[in-house]
Amino acid sequence: MDKILVGLKRVVDYNVRVRVRSDGSGVETDGVKMSINPFDEIAIEEALRIKERGDANEVIVVSIGTSDAQQQLRTGLAMGADRAILVETADAVDALTGARVFQALIERESPDLVLLGKQAIDDDNSQTGQMLAALWGRPQATFASTLVIEGDKATVTREVDVGLEIVEVDLPAVVTVDLRMNDPRYVKLPDIMKAKKKPLDQIPLADLNVEQAVGIDEVKFEPPMERDKGVIVEDVTGLVAALNDKGLI
Amino acid sequence: MSKILLIAEHANGILNSSTGKCVACAAEIPDAEIHVAVFADDGAAVAAQAANLASVTSILVVDNPANANLLAATLAPQVVAISAGYTHIFGPSTTFGKDLMPRVAALLGVNQISDIMEVIGSHSFKRPIYAGNALVTVEAPADKTLVATVRVASYQAIAGDGSANIDAVTADTELPGHTRFIELQAGKSDRPDLQTAARVVAGGRALGSEESFDLIFKLADALGAGVGASRAAVDAGYVPNETQIGQTGKIIAPELYIAIGISGAIQHVTGIKDAGTIVAINKDPDAPIFEIADIGIVGDLFAILPELQEAVSA
Repeated sequence: MDKILVGLKRVVDYNVRVRVRSDGSGVETDGVKMSINPFDEIAIEEALRIKERGDANEVIVVSIGTSDAQQQLRTGLAMGADRAILVETADAVDALTGARVFQALIERESPDLVLLGKQAIDDDNSQTGQMLAALWGRPQATFASTLVIEGDKATVTREVDVGLEIVEVDLPAVVTVDLRMNDPRYVKLPDIMKAKKKPLDQIPLADLNVEQAVGIDEVKFEPPMERDKGVIVEDVTGLVAALNDKGLI
Repeated sequence: MSKILLIAEHANGILNSSTGKCVACAAEIPDAEIHVAVFADDGAAVAAQAANLASVTSILVVDNPANANLLAATLAPQVVAISAGYTHIFGPSTTFGKDLMPRVAALLGVNQISDIMEVIGSHSFKRPIYAGNALVTVEAPADKTLVATVRVASYQAIAGDGSANIDAVTADTELPGHTRFIELQAGKSDRPDLQTAARVVAGGRALGSEESFDLIFKLADALGAGVGASRAAVDAGYVPNETQIGQTGKIIAPELYIAIGISGAIQHVTGIKDAGTIVAINKDPDAPIFEIADIGIVGDLFAILPELQEAVSA
């Protein structure tokens, strides 16, 4: 195949314990470490492995957001992507509008495969890949743990609730990746230097003529309910007694 | 008035309990008329089970050989084809519903609400974000079809004393052939299903090997419990992927949850926060799992587990 398009979202790093602002207006993101959504990092890695096997010519990483997302795109380039596209907007982008942005880029780039993370760890929506596949009228293989390309088809193993489901899809297709697909590579310093010279196109969202979808309003944020403080028991006898007290055994 | 269409999840002629949980959520919407759609090659048996769900007035059965395996790409256009007149379309936040519902939403040109955990009003709901570290109240536009998934761990399945009408309907639409089901490798287990079990015993990386995980199975069997695992244990290959609990695995709400050798990363904790009682067994007294455990015991799991198994078997 020729091109693989990979989506990459800038999110609060997975190690950060997120706090809700005291006025309920959102979660605190000021001064918080930002990273590539971990699932998207696995998607980049998979695209690079496909290219390195000789099954693709070009890997393009794409992000939607403010110019800050250049940082994550540069990381994708340092991992080995050939070029990057940043669709710039200062506004929050809902899932359907995001899918429409990818659809507009697909019309420009005609990729054979779009690889996305199965969900972003900020909004935990798990929607964009499925929506894109619907708009594009192409197959979707979500929650993928293995991906085998054979000519104009792909065989995908999906992690589903009861086990593993194997599907075959015609290309082009959208594949959203799960955690066990691969272990993303570490970026080395010379690669970071090299990545600075790779092309990074910035396209204002308005230039893509994408119809803005009606969003879901986020009215109020609150912290989750805290659980009551528990007890530490000394031994198994104490544990069994505590479980008995609660009528659990 | 709200007219709600739920997409039934089923396999091998058995209705999945996630459907009854979706009904429980939909029934909290004021003045709602609830219908359930069953897509299958022969949906009669599943429809009969769905007809028993309280609060449901109508079952729509869409029989089609193409529905022998439920693929989002073939189901989504059929859902859209029968969706006229409905204000809401709901599915479960299982891998089935997560795969299907956004495809339906995009075909309808609307955004989707994922993981409803509480109904505030007909178009207003509460849902978790950031691995459950924040909850957000969301409002969907009232003039558009509302597509959503229901966080099944937040609801008990509705009672089974209903008697809905069952009608065969056809979904008049062209189905794509670009996605083909090959096979399902389902884990074989006689133990209670992780997502519905009243008790769950789960193991983590500290088990150290696939063989040692046998200690978890033995304790689970002594308790009649389902078996779960942390991501680390699944990544290490001790147990298959369907046992993973957490942000990206299963969200569960058993009465009793026993976490063994699991440190308690936020991504794991979000999957067990709704458990009635959480027990943690870990040798590290500073493990974060103790922050949310109701009962904790600090010590070597290899010494504790055989003793505990014997005590609960007695």
